[in-house]
Amino acid sequence: MSEHIVPPRAYVVIFLSLMVLTAATVGAAYVNLGPFNIVIALAIASVKATLVVLYFMHARYSPKRTQLVIICAVFWLAIMLALTLSDYVTRDRDLATDTQVTGMIRA
Amino acid sequence: MHRTGELYGQFETLEQQKESAALGMWVFLATEVLFFGGLFMTYTLNRHYYGTAFGVGSNTLDLKLGGANTIILILSSLTMAMSVWASHVGKRKQTTGFLVATLVLGTAFLGVKVIEYKQKFDHHLVPGYHFQIDYRAQHPAPNDDPKEIEAEKEELSKAFAKDPDLNAHAQLYFSLYFGMTGLHALHMIVGAGMLVWLIRQSIIGRFTPTYNTPVEMIGLYWHFVDIVWIYLFPLLYLIDRHR
Repeated sequence: MSEHIVPPRAYVVIFLSLMVLTAATVGAAYVNLGPFNIVIALAIASVKATLVVLYFMHARYSPKRTQLVIICAVFWLAIMLALTLSDYVTRDRDLATDTQVTGMIRA
Repeated sequence: MHRTGELYGQFETLEQQKESAALGMWVFLATEVLFFGGLFMTYTLNRHYYGTAFGVGSNTLDLKLGGANTIILILSSLTMAMSVWASHVGKRKQTTGFLVATLVLGTAFLGVKVIEYKQKFDHHLVPGYHFQIDYRAQHPAPNDDPKEIEAEKEELSKAFAKDPDLNAHAQLYFSLYFGMTGLHALHMIVGAGMLVWLIRQSIIGRFTPTYNTPVEMIGLYWHFVDIVWIYLFPLLYLIDRHR
């Protein structure tokens, strides 16, 4: 890569965007949206994280192989979360109350 | 004496040398993602099962302090990014200045965290023998707002009706609270140590536009720790604010 220097102005704009998103996440938490509260909170956090990775951490200007490592990190995390949850949420026992959930075949 | 900025034998160009450092740092950060990931996984499952207790626990946290810390940490990421920029363009004094600002903000974050932990100890919210989720409601301090205590009592009685084992399940929340914020704080302490070293190196003029790899790599680490907090803040402080 030809070295890309991000100007300070861009950093300040990113910082201000992160501040606005922080205010948005606090504001959204006070509105009852049922199951969507957590969806919105995680969506805003992910937008913030993406801004930090792309600009503060220069991922946007990094070579493809560095970007591949970043994508792998997220992908591995997704594997862990998805496969673990696919086990827990399909169990025939409710672990919170330790009772058998009816209508499922015991392995 | 180890010289800096020279080309090592295994690389063709300085650019390739620098890219390799960044690639290695990102591989390390990928392992860190999974390191914290295990805790986030544990959090997800327990919150799924014990939502009521997690909501009650979350509402005991001080949103003003947590919010202030979020602003402090993001601001420290800005100053870190600025010091990377200053080192790239060869502004030595500014590099040092922004590094010092980052260190001050990082230390301020840890200071606020100490105040928060102290509150949890005072309110018997540290998991263990003396843990009592309704301690503050039962033993309000003289300067506590009576209305707030009433609201807390009402919230607790509703929660106990939903989950008779609230005291046990709230301890799971606080175990994760201390575990996750503690591991995060440990990363901040390590980062602060590296910043002290960077500031020293910067003062003696080690960094030039052709050699600033340490500033950039420690910058990546610092931003990563910021990202962990960006997720921790809503997950720990904002579970059930809309009661």
